[in-house]
Formats: sequence, structure tokens, C-alpha cells
Amino acid sequence: MKSTTNQLKHTALYVILFQVFINVDIVFAQETANSVFRSDRINALVFVIIFSASVLLYTKWARQGKSLFLRKIPGLDAVEEAVGRATEMGRPVLFIPGIAELDEIETIAGISILGRVAKITAQYETPLHVPVRYPLVLAAGQEVVEQAYIEMGKKDSYNQDTVQYVAGEQFAFTATVNGYMMRERPATNIYMGAFFAESLLLAETGNAAGSIQIAGTARPEQLPFFIAACDYTLMGEELYAASAYLSHEPVMLGGLKGQDFVKVLIGLCIIIGTLLVSFGYGEFFISLFDAV
Amino acid sequence: MRTTLPVAVAFLSGVILVISFFFDDKNWLGLLGQELKIWLTIVGGFTLLLGVVSITRVNWAAVRRKKERWEYKVLTLIAIFAMAIPSVLSPDWSIRFGRNEGSVYDWLFQYLMSPMMATMFATLAFYIASAAYRAFRARSAEATLLLVTATLVMLWRVPMGEWFLNLFPWIDIPYLLNTYIMGGINMAVQRGIIIGAALGAASMSLRIILGIERTYMGKG
Repeated sequence: MKSTTNQLKHTALYVILFQVFINVDIVFAQETANSVFRSDRINALVFVIIFSASVLLYTKWARQGKSLFLRKIPGLDAVEEAVGRATEMGRPVLFIPGIAELDEIETIAGISILGRVAKITAQYETPLHVPVRYPLVLAAGQEVVEQAYIEMGKKDSYNQDTVQYVAGEQFAFTATVNGYMMRERPATNIYMGAFFAESLLLAETGNAAGSIQIAGTARPEQLPFFIAACDYTLMGEELYAASAYLSHEPVMLGGLKGQDFVKVLIGLCIIIGTLLVSFGYGEFFISLFDAV
Repeated sequence: MRTTLPVAVAFLSGVILVISFFFDDKNWLGLLGQELKIWLTIVGGFTLLLGVVSITRVNWAAVRRKKERWEYKVLTLIAIFAMAIPSVLSPDWSIRFGRNEGSVYDWLFQYLMSPMMATMFATLAFYIASAAYRAFRARSAEATLLLVTATLVMLWRVPMGEWFLNLFPWIDIPYLLNTYIMGGINMAVQRGIIIGAALGAASMSLRIILGIERTYMGKG
């Protein structure tokens, strides 16, 4: 008897919520016709607010000195070791910040990691070679590498041609870099950024040249190629975390913890959504996540 | 000033683009967001010159010092200017040296550049074979599982393999592969990576907009 009452209560609650949502939706739809504000994107706005708040809150806590646990990323721990190997062998380090333009966030992540790697190569005075596919990436890469050498007090060791524009076409770029790998045999190859069909061509050539290879990309379709041909691979979010991870700065690490918190929230939403859909109450919940 | 100004520009551009997403495209904020995207294209166009200068300087230095294989650098320089000069001129300024059908530019593109790029792409088949050999070696229980799964999925994807799998009518292997491997495990892992990557990208964008992350400028 009690369970039937509970069931009725739940059904009534569901019906009320559904009606409220439909009415709110109608009001928003009417407003949309007259308003410049995209009320159909309000769910995205709520997400942006929650996400920003959690990142800022964790950053604030990190600034206040609260200790934050961060899991180890073997691929990033291996960067210094790999550069050290290149120094011992007297061979260069090859860094490719992807083949996309600078307006891709993956390229910016790659450029940020380049700054960290350049500091290590400057410290050990190891030759660094950075071929790029777009002039904007060339300008950003040159600035980042030069700054890294200045910060390490090695301005004189900086070579303006460390970062080089090699070709604008995807496969012309690949052919140039593959040729470089086979001729110069760099001890370490680091691929960080957006890669497409050339990912396996580059990684396999590097493997044949006997280089230690560390790759990172957020493109799921290219990950299997890097995993098969490289020694370490950063998957998806690890690429974006790399710069903060290598910096060891609490303020930067705070952003990563905020991101983790939102990931937990999304995980909970997935579990709740799965349960609701399984029991036939999912429509309202799913509609909350409709993307326009 | 050298750091403050770029951070301020990044902050303003980022905030405008984020806010404009929530407004109608015809609104002034939406139009401003579109204007910023056009600026990026214009700035990108101007920086092409930087690329040409970089590639010319590096190759010319190698030619002047007669470095090893300098002859190829001469070829590179000739190729750059042979393709670049007609590209910036009007397509029909000359029948032979313009960009129309039958011109030198057209011939170079059709019979040299395109086949060379196609050849590079085609070599991928050989690289896939060698990478697959290394990835699928049954060195551990996990690698063996990967080998078996990958073999079944590959068999399912080719006509001869499909014919082979249909030799076992009592078990619908293609259905099982499609439902549980591709639509189940594979899809779940891919979505996990995509969600993580999207959050990572959003978090990094926020750090850049707020000036917390400045490593892309060589700071921090």
C-alpha cells in the first residue's frame, strides 16, 4: 500500500515537473521570437556558469595553499628524461605542435607545452627543431621558444630558425618532417596538438628512426595510431592538462581540479539519466541537455 | 605592458565570443563576434609573408653555405616561387604564367603536386601494416584480447571476412560485434575521451581568457 502511494507521489511529481518545463519552454519560445537573447541556449549558459565557478573556486583554494592531489601522467614525467637522452646522445629534439592553425585550442595547448620543453632544452643546451605548418603558429612558436631561452639565461644559445615554417600542405609537411627524421635521427620526437591522417606516417617514421616518442592529441580517431607507434601517449584531456602539470604551479593545477569536479557532475548526470531512461522517466531529463 | 596588453586582448576577445554565443547573430554583439572571426582570417593572411620569409631564409642560408644536399634547397626555393608568384597575381594575366587551365601553374599542380600528395597518403597503407603488426603482438593477456577483437572487427569489415563469419550460422557474430564491441565498449570509451577532451579544452580556454594560463605567450 505504502509503495503504491510512493509510486503515485513520484508520478505526480514527474507530471508536475514535466508541465512546468513545458510551460517554461512555451514562455521562452514566445520570448525568443521578440528577444535577441537565445533562451534556447540557456542550458549551455547554466553549464558555463557552473563550470567557470568550479574552476575559479578551485583556483582560489589552490592560491590559498590548499593541497591538491593530481594523478601522475607518465607521458609528461618522461619528457625531461627524453630530453636528457637526446643530450647524452648529442642528437636533437623534434617537437611538432600539430598541423592545425592557431585558432585551434589543441595548437595553443601544443605551443604551451613547447614553452616547457624549450626551457628543458635550453637548460641542457640540446638542439631543438620545431617544424610548423602555419605562419601564425610560426610567430607564436618563435616567441615562446625565445622567451624560454631568455628565462633560462641562455639567450645566446637561441637560434631564430629553431621554429621553422616548412610547408602549408598537409602531406608536403609530412614528407619534409619524415625526411628530417631519417636524415638527422632526432633522439626524441614530441607530437602535441591536432593531428590528422599524417599521425601514423610521422609516428612510424620516428619509430623506424629509433627515437623516443611522446604524443598527445584530443582526436580519438588518431589516438590508436599514436598508441601503436609511440612510447607514451597523452589522451584527450591530458593534452590540455600538460602545460599546467609541467608548470607545477598551484594556480594552474586548481583549474584541473575544477575540471575534474565538473567531470564528476557529468558522470552523475549520465548515471541518473541512464536510470531514469531505463524506468521510462527520461524525457524531461534528456530535454535539459538538448543542444541548439 | 608587453604581457598586460595581450592578456587584455585575449580576455576581451574571449568574453565577447562567449557572450555572443547566447545572443542572436543579428544583434550587435553577435555581429561583433563574427567581425572578430574575420579579423583572425585577415591577420592569418598577412602572416603568410612570415612563412615565406622563414622558409626562404633557412633554405637560402643552406645554399649560400653549400651545406650537405644544398641542391635540393635550390629546388625548394624554385618550387616555392614558381607556385607562389602566380598565386598572388590575377589568374588570367598570362595564358602560360597565370593560373588558368593549360598554364605552367596548372601543369605543376595537376601533374606534380597532386600525385606527390596522393603518393604520400597512399604510403599510409604500409605504415598501418607495420604499426598493426607491433600493436597486435600477443605479448600479454590484454594484447591478446586486442588482437582477437581487432581480427574479428577487421574480418567483419571486409566482404571475404563477412563471408567467413557467416559460415557460423548458429551465432550472429556481425550483430554481436556491432552491438557490443563497436556500439558498446568502443563507443563508451570514445565518448569518455571526447567528454574529457571537451572539458579540458573549455578549462584551458577559461584559463587563457582569465589570464591564468600565459604559457602560449612564452610567460609563466
